[in-house]
Amino acid sequence: MSEALKELGEHISDSCADMVKSFHVKHGELTLLAERDSILRLSKFLKDDNQCVFETLIDICGVDYPERSQRFEVVYHFLSMRLNQRIRVKVSTDESAAVPSLTGLHPSADWFEREAFDMYGIRFAGHPDMRRLLTDYGFEGYPLRKDFPLTGYTEVRYDDLEKRVVYEPVSLVQEYRNFDFLSPWEGMTKELPGDEKAEKEADNG
Amino acid sequence: MADSAYISSSDDDRKFTLNFGPQHPAAHGVLRMIMDLDGEVVERIDSHVGLLHRGTEKLLEYKTYLQGLPYFDRLDYVAPMNQEHAWCLAIERMLGLEVPRRASFIRVLYSEIGRILSHMLNITTQAMDCGALAPITWGFEEREVLIGFYERASGSRMHSAYFRPGGVHQDLPPDLLDDIMHFCSRFPDAIAHIEGLITENRIFKQRNVDIGVVDEKMIMEWGFSGVMVRGSGLAWDLRRSQPYEIYDEIPGDVFKVVVGNNGDNYDRYVCRMEEMLISCDIMKWCIENMPEGEVLLAGSKVSPPRRGDMKRSMEALIHHFKLYTEGFHVPEGEVYACVEAPKGEFGVYLVSDGTNRPYRAKIRAPGYPHLAAMDHLCKGHMLADVSAILGSLDIVFGEIDR
Repeated sequence: MSEALKELGEHISDSCADMVKSFHVKHGELTLLAERDSILRLSKFLKDDNQCVFETLIDICGVDYPERSQRFEVVYHFLSMRLNQRIRVKVSTDESAAVPSLTGLHPSADWFEREAFDMYGIRFAGHPDMRRLLTDYGFEGYPLRKDFPLTGYTEVRYDDLEKRVVYEPVSLVQEYRNFDFLSPWEGMTKELPGDEKAEKEADNG
Repeated sequence: MADSAYISSSDDDRKFTLNFGPQHPAAHGVLRMIMDLDGEVVERIDSHVGLLHRGTEKLLEYKTYLQGLPYFDRLDYVAPMNQEHAWCLAIERMLGLEVPRRASFIRVLYSEIGRILSHMLNITTQAMDCGALAPITWGFEEREVLIGFYERASGSRMHSAYFRPGGVHQDLPPDLLDDIMHFCSRFPDAIAHIEGLITENRIFKQRNVDIGVVDEKMIMEWGFSGVMVRGSGLAWDLRRSQPYEIYDEIPGDVFKVVVGNNGDNYDRYVCRMEEMLISCDIMKWCIENMPEGEVLLAGSKVSPPRRGDMKRSMEALIHHFKLYTEGFHVPEGEVYACVEAPKGEFGVYLVSDGTNRPYRAKIRAPGYPHLAAMDHLCKGHMLADVSAILGSLDIVFGEIDR
């Protein structure tokens, strides 16, 4: 299974050397890292090439990595029902750079891109109808970004005096309890907190 | 017609915009549609979704893997366990876990119960959208029995949280399999009863035959899955094409992939009816072949220790405490796991950063691309067809809005 995927990955990266940065196979899944501006050309190739035939766009979603200079990853999942194979394509972008829209090629990209815009503020160039989709009318901010608090900024309630629903800033009786479970016994993958001081002291001494 | 007093001669007078929903019995939840009509013909539909948006994906990022599991019951609340299944599969693939055989059988058994739950609700409500009020009462009688099986296995009628990474939470109580078997033996008769009401019903056929036709090009372009694909004659079923659990062991004469011919509402209805009977056969097969043994991986990091061990072993007690507070850690990486949920391909794209909580969990709901194609599907149809098409898409807002 993974051999066939590896061959497929090599085939794609050979044919589209200028569009594909790299590829890898893990957990039996093929992932391509692609150039942002050529995603439309690449997905056209993936759709038309007779070894790929990725005609169905399964999903588009964003992932936020605030520490990176290009903080967003846009992840595309394609499926080929004919050849019974799947592929994942990832591109990076930031708050301002727009990703070419796939709506012309895959109409189903319409809502997926609207959702990615709604949740992360990722721009898509050439999308015909870019509006928010899932959030409330008049909502501000991008809720799935890592710097957006879980509780949000506003809350709604029905005001009996005004006879309408009113929006108010969130007031929490108790802070959201966010436990740090990275215990020193297990699950500690990076260095222990405090270890960096020890090295500094050693340098000074 | 042009001289009729009832039809305006100018085009502009006939065009108007109609607001449908968000509270409407045929909306199958909270769907608001702004419809541009030309007389009674639909020109454009602008769907407004998100009225049931609860931020499941955001919440998952703040919960451990185990705490995140019950959120999946609340997505497609018509067939809860099928959603949990995708979540468990994603975690198991990341951790490289092999589920005990008995647990696999139980999962398949309950996935098929979920399929009947969902299809039963869909066809009867679709019949109601087309004016038939009796089928839903008959269908809910059967659903009630199945929900009872859910309760006996998990303790909860709907939000079961029964599938766990590494297996299922508890073994089935002793008489349950016999009772499910008894249900399976009489279920075809119940289906025949409901079929007698709907299948050859003239009004139902007039409302559904040749309405909402889906062809192969549309399936590919709009990302359809499940019955939306099979209704058009494509034998695409993830249980067959990309089998998980023990679906590849089920013999072909028990598990047949049902396909339609025309891809219209009516064919999808017939497909669902047939699929329920096949689910029933699969359930029977599972019960007959169910092995004995463990139902949850013993001695692994993802499953709790036995109550008896906790009384005697300090290690077991610590493990229990750590599992339910900190949870288990999933190695860094990403995975996309999908199951053939009753409504189509339900997938979970999971990104882990190596901690005890998901870095990102994207839920790919089958109804989402189906509803996105609503505008395309309904263009040129009459206003009355909109509710029939919507019923046949099998929409549940829990999973679309997430």
